[in-house]
Amino acid sequence: MIAEAGLAALWLATAFAIAQLMLGAAAARAVDPVVLLPGVRRIALVQALFALLAFLILIWLFVTSDMSVLLVAENSHSQKPMLYKVAGAWGNHEGSMLLWVTVLAVAGAGVALFERRLVAETLSATLAAQAAIAIGFYAFLAFASNPFARLNPAPADGQGLNPLLQDPGLAFHPPTLYLGYVGLSVAFSFAVAALLMRDVGPAFAKAMRPWVLAAWIFLTIGITAGSYWAYYELGWGGWWFWDPVENASLMPWLAATALLHSVNVLATRDGLRAWTLMLAVVAFSMSMVGTFLVRSGILVSVHAFAVDPTRGSFLLALLGLYIGGALALFGARVGTVTQGATFQLVSREAALVLNNLLLSVILGVVLIGTLYPLVAQAMGVQLSIGAPFFEKTAVPIALFLVAGTAAGPLLRWRKDSAQALLSRLTIPVAITGVTFALFFAMTGFASPIAVLVLALAFGLAAASIAPLWKRKLRRTPLPIYGMVVAHLGIAVSLAGMAADTLFKQERLAAVAIGDNLAVGPFKVTLAEVRPTVGPNWSAMEARLQVQRGAGAPFELLPQQRFFANPPTNTSETAIATLWDGQVYTVLGASDASGRWQLRLWWKPFVTLIWAGGGLIALGGMLSLLGRVLRGRRDARAQEEWA
Amino acid sequence: MKKLLIWLPLALFLLVFALVVNGMIEPSDRLVRSAMVGKPLPDLRLSPILADKPGIDTSDWPKGKPRLLNVFASWCIPCVAEAPQLLKLRKAGAEIDAIAVRDSTPDVQAFLARNGDPYSRIGDDHAMRAQLALGSSGVPETFVIDSRGVIVDQHIGDVRAEDVPKLLAALEKAK
Repeated sequence: MIAEAGLAALWLATAFAIAQLMLGAAAARAVDPVVLLPGVRRIALVQALFALLAFLILIWLFVTSDMSVLLVAENSHSQKPMLYKVAGAWGNHEGSMLLWVTVLAVAGAGVALFERRLVAETLSATLAAQAAIAIGFYAFLAFASNPFARLNPAPADGQGLNPLLQDPGLAFHPPTLYLGYVGLSVAFSFAVAALLMRDVGPAFAKAMRPWVLAAWIFLTIGITAGSYWAYYELGWGGWWFWDPVENASLMPWLAATALLHSVNVLATRDGLRAWTLMLAVVAFSMSMVGTFLVRSGILVSVHAFAVDPTRGSFLLALLGLYIGGALALFGARVGTVTQGATFQLVSREAALVLNNLLLSVILGVVLIGTLYPLVAQAMGVQLSIGAPFFEKTAVPIALFLVAGTAAGPLLRWRKDSAQALLSRLTIPVAITGVTFALFFAMTGFASPIAVLVLALAFGLAAASIAPLWKRKLRRTPLPIYGMVVAHLGIAVSLAGMAADTLFKQERLAAVAIGDNLAVGPFKVTLAEVRPTVGPNWSAMEARLQVQRGAGAPFELLPQQRFFANPPTNTSETAIATLWDGQVYTVLGASDASGRWQLRLWWKPFVTLIWAGGGLIALGGMLSLLGRVLRGRRDARAQEEWA
Repeated sequence: MKKLLIWLPLALFLLVFALVVNGMIEPSDRLVRSAMVGKPLPDLRLSPILADKPGIDTSDWPKGKPRLLNVFASWCIPCVAEAPQLLKLRKAGAEIDAIAVRDSTPDVQAFLARNGDPYSRIGDDHAMRAQLALGSSGVPETFVIDSRGVIVDQHIGDVRAEDVPKLLAALEKAK
């Protein structure tokens, strides 16, 4: 019964989405839209409540291990820890698509509830657009991926969740990413509405900005968490693999980052109108492309767990409809969007345009690299594109972007002089030069690019706090602090990446019990390998004694885990986080003579990569808080006026 | 000009869309074969990892007789499993060169002492550059190089007993 209730909730949500589209469209064309708007707002809210109800019912089915539901039987097991029963609800194709559409509906309800700045016509059109997207994905669930399908007869127990997914990191990084991906749908709907209503200006930008910021924060957190998950769970010692699915999360982030900056130009200076609209369309399009890449299994990837041509074609059709439709609308209407304010070549606006162009070029490169195997396939060649392509193409462009990030915030709006900029940049440039010389002397020609990245990171760190120079710190607006913290986060993260490339030490060996290995300043002894058990797995666990010089020894316990349901092997890394880096250990296979494959890394300052990601997200939060508080203050002031 | 520019995003999207549709119609083979098969050996200059054996230098590749090029590592357990087969190939007259991936001299010495040494030359590929240049995606892999220095075949994974005659036949064909 409960599963049927879930399906009913889904159908009701679909019905309300259709109503929202129709009434929203009517309101947008009505002579007096203010009459219809409250109704559209309420329908959006009800639609979200039904979607949320369907999602909660699915979680309930997983929690109670209702094996008569196909999805639960295929992806859960009664012996699984509770956390993974809950996470199992979205650790599969149908459940994750339901989460996707739920977030879409909830984001629409958020716009309906909180948006007060937009004129009634544009807001109605926005809600109609949001509903139009939702309808497509509800149809996808109903016709191609029903999460509530029954299984008759019900099996005694389920098949279990993929052990790689049984990890706290994986329980939470996909939902976070989805909040980001789908949060961008709001920006997309805003842009479509603005094009339809020919209403593009600072008010529109100010309304859109908090949504873009919020989605971008979730994306940043999701990517950072996903990177750390891949780092410790996959056991390859890397933190970014340029895997199609990682790229699928990076591309919307790049577009959203560009959008975040261009929307500021539109809000503050009424410039970059068409460009901002374009980015809003591209950002959510990239989210949909990402979802499609993961869900269709068209590209080889560790993440592609739903290889199904019917679903793939259905999603592809939706993609064509929404992205193609929005781009066609853009082509037809953008000519009527009048040009905004102009600016000089040396100005904050110009720096932001440069930022946008460079981000777009990186986005293009990542997109080409990700899709190139398809191009090659069309020409009859099989190939895969790896890290070397992206490192040779995206990284050099990113270096220019970093330099721009240092310079941009130190420029004035509208017009500035190059000489003034150079004098403001003296200290960061000097720091970059000195650190480059220093680290180059230390490491030589091993990786000059990494040395340059490290030096630029130091320069950027100095430049990013420079906007606070000579300001009254208590009266500085929160968004300024947000920018400072986020740019500092980029510097911190870059320093971590460069340090990992330049200073990491690696040791791979097959060793017998009692053998010693040296990695960096550490001596690692394989003391023993012993069997151990967990709630739904057994493992061979290596006891490694690790000691730096004459320091206190500590133990690390990497494992080879065996899961019975479904039968799978995984390597569980053991990582020691020290103040200056991480010792990373992996236990591999054993041979007949009792030797074990060990992989050891000493990774100085690698933790800065994710600490930087956290800072970037924190910067976004400060900025969002500042915008929201400011928005409420403005609204109050307006009420007092009236 | 500006008019055309406005429609560029849609045009690009349609192009990508067509590619993806094509990719969906023809599902791909998941095994990634090296694109280097059928091409001459890439330019490799790998210093010797052992003092008593030369490294790999393709500018000085011994032509006239087909050879095997084995990508291996001392830390790789499947490489232990294929070692007896490589010795068999060696006994049957095959010339085997090797690339040691992410490895160290003492580890390779110990590996060869334990599992036997079928190799004529071993190059040190610490940074995995040579492996990448060959289009090899893992260890172990074995390439068949013909008498003119052209890569004619790639064996992915460990060499099993039943692969030995196949590799010998490939060597015979590559003369």
